[in-house]
This record gives sequence, structure tokens and C-alpha cells, in this order.
Amino acid sequence: MTEHITLTVNGVAHEVDVDLRWTLVDVLRLVLRQTGTHVGCEHGVCGTCTVLVDGLPARACLILAGQADGHEIETVEGLGTAEHPHPLQAAFSRHRALQCGFCTPGFLMLAAGLLREEPRPDPARIRDVVASNLCRCTAYDGIIAAIEDAAGSAGAGHPRDLG
Amino acid sequence: MKPPPLRYLRAHDPEEAVELLAEYGDEAKVIAGGQSLVPLLNFRLARPSVLVDIGAVTPWATLVSGDRSLELGALTTHLRIERAGGTEPFRGLEVLPRTASLIGHLPIRSRGTIGGSLAHGDPAAEWCILAVLLDAEATLCSGRGERRVPLTRLLQGFFTTTIAPDEVLTAVTFPRTGAAASLVEHAPRHGDFALVAAAAAAEPADGVCRRPRIVLGGVGPTPVRVPDAEDVLAGRALTPDVVAAAAAAAAAAVDPPSDAHASSAHRRRLVATLVTRALTHVGGRAREGRAA
Repeated sequence: MTEHITLTVNGVAHEVDVDLRWTLVDVLRLVLRQTGTHVGCEHGVCGTCTVLVDGLPARACLILAGQADGHEIETVEGLGTAEHPHPLQAAFSRHRALQCGFCTPGFLMLAAGLLREEPRPDPARIRDVVASNLCRCTAYDGIIAAIEDAAGSAGAGHPRDLG
Repeated sequence: MKPPPLRYLRAHDPEEAVELLAEYGDEAKVIAGGQSLVPLLNFRLARPSVLVDIGAVTPWATLVSGDRSLELGALTTHLRIERAGGTEPFRGLEVLPRTASLIGHLPIRSRGTIGGSLAHGDPAAEWCILAVLLDAEATLCSGRGERRVPLTRLLQGFFTTTIAPDEVLTAVTFPRTGAAASLVEHAPRHGDFALVAAAAAAEPADGVCRRPRIVLGGVGPTPVRVPDAEDVLAGRALTPDVVAAAAAAAAAAVDPPSDAHASSAHRRRLVATLVTRALTHVGGRAREGRAA
């Protein structure tokens, strides 16, 4: 049952025809071809598909296309670029907060959502929040250090203005 | 995996939601936040042929704060309740925002709703346990009208409720009893489903317990009250000896299941530990003169 929906992804409105039972992560990857958001477990456990929906972190595998209709989605593509990394991306690089990188888009968006609401979370709060996502390369110490480091930067909870 | 083929229908107001359920109720599931239902759909453990999305039915997202009760619309997210800690509507019901932080993780709490959690009926779910503890009532709507049902009668067994196929849970109402209350739980990792949860409430009066309540989650098919343990407390001060006696009575009164996550004996020991903690917390709050 294909229907017309409107999604705003990183500030750009997209009108797409999708089956409303598809998950948001499949719409992002398979329809919009924005593959920065990864898909792992498809039942809300691993967190690699974490995106921001109306500014709050959410699992893109647990949101159906119909539920996302009319909402604002932010993905890792909106954070920064290789040439102009977002403060969180730069901090993840500095602190070696990734190894294979599969979980990284989810951690970045989780952290961006956290810092937008709480600009200076203490390490215990960061630990609590990142417990929601799985990193099998066990880079948690680096991830926590990177988020703490980026928390001091201007605009750490917001996408870079790529002008 | 992906959700099975289904018709996805969106309600834009209460009337439309009720009409859709009257037409498709037997084959439909209601979806709100989807944080329990979508995993079941993705695994195809749930195979409804119709989904009725009530996410846009804004009257069911309202909060009505009265002198005698607090009514939370079914679409109220866990995160909204968590962040409402310290605000006027939750005065005397602070146990609600405190407990919200135990539910899943931030990205789950941003989407999941209190109505969805109650209608899902997981016996270890924090809202189910607190709703039983605090004598909350669910409001159910259908084309036949509206009815209010205490959660003790709504929750029938594992993921089983008395919500009729054409009904939708639209709100939950917590009475303001003035009781001090606490919910504590044990999960192997923070954010996991609790192996066992214990909630306690008591109305402080002249240093002794009035109307003590103890409710356990994760020890049976629904949250269960333990009258044997409550009887130990009635009319007595919450001294360490009394708390220990109540905790022992609670552990003796339950016969929790064994499964891959924990043995029955382990769960029983957790009951004793968690009831002790919950009652100690309640005693502390009562001494400070703070409700819930």
C-alpha cells in the first residue's frame, strides 16, 4: 500500500511514495539513498540507526514511514563533512572513539541530541545515555571522552552551518 | 526483518480512531509510539492486518492536573514525564517522573508512551506496576462509549488486557493519595527490562504506616500485590526490623518463574532485596514529609 508522505531530512523537504509499513531507516537508506544512517538489529536494541526526530534521539528502525510523515528528521549526513567535520566528529577522531565505524552514526546522533538538550552533561550522564547504543569494538571510553570534549564546543548539539 | 504486509491507517481525531477500530478492531492493532509494537512487527511476532496510528490524535496527549488526581493522556511520552519532575502537576506523584528514567533508554523514552506501555501489558513494565500500586484507572473509548477500568482489572496476564478489540486506551488517571511511594528494580544492565521490580507505597501518619502497598513486577503474569507483606507493615513504623520482616514475607509469598535470564530462586532473593530498598526509600520520604 504505497502512499505519499513528506519528510524533512536535514532541512530538505522530500516528498516520497512509500509503503507506510516500511521503517524510517529503510526510507532513508533505500528510498532517499542516504546511507549514512546504518541499520543493525531492526528491533531497537543496537542503536546504530539512531537519528533525531523533531530534535530528539530516536531509533529509525522503530518508526514506521507513516509515523514519520510530516516530521523533521536529522541524520549524520547533516552533521558535517570530511572537510568540515562537526565538533562531535572531530572529537570522535581525536579520541579514537571508533574502530570499525559501524555504530558511529548512531552514537554521533545520540550525542548530538543529548548536547542539544544538555550542553554540559557530566561524565556519569554521558555514560548513562551512551548505554543505549552498542559498540562491539568496545570504544566506549573513547566515545565518552569525545562527547565530554565536544560538549565544550559551540554548536556541538547542532548541525554545522555548511553555508 | 520488516513488518508484515498490513494496512496502515491514520486517525486524525478521536472520532476517526474509534470509527476505524469499530470497523477493523478484530484484525487491528493500535500504534502510538510503537516502541514495543514495532519490534514485534519487525520480528513478525505480531501480524495484525491493520494498524491504526493514533499518534496525531492530540486530545489524547493532554495532561489534566486536578486537586484529587492527575490524568495523563495515553500519548504522553516517558521522556515528557521524566522531564516533568519537580513541576506542579506531579506534586505528590513524584514517583512517576523518578521512575520514568528507568524505562529503556533516551531514544526509547522520546517515543514510547504511557498508554502504549499499559496497553502492551508487560508484567515487568514500570508503568503497569505503578498503576497497580497507586490505584490508577485507565480510560477506554469505543463507539459504545467510554469506561474507566482500574489497572488491576485491565491487566489480565502476560501481554493480555481486558481492552476490547474496538476499544482504545486514551488516558490513565492517578489519584493524589498523599502516599509516599518508590519503585526500584534490578536489571543486568541499565535500560534492560527488569528481572524483578518492587514498588511500595504508604501514607505516613503519626510515624506509622497507613494503607501500605507492595507490588512486584517480573514474578508472574501481571504485577502482583503481596498482602502477606502489607499485613506485616500495617500500623507499624518502618523500622529496619519491620522492613526486613515485610521483605521476607514478600519473598515467601511469590513463586517467580525460572527462565534464561534468572532462576526462580534468584528472583525470590531479588524480591527480598528490592522490597527492602523500596520500603526504606518510602520510610525516608515519609519522614521528610514528602508524598510519593
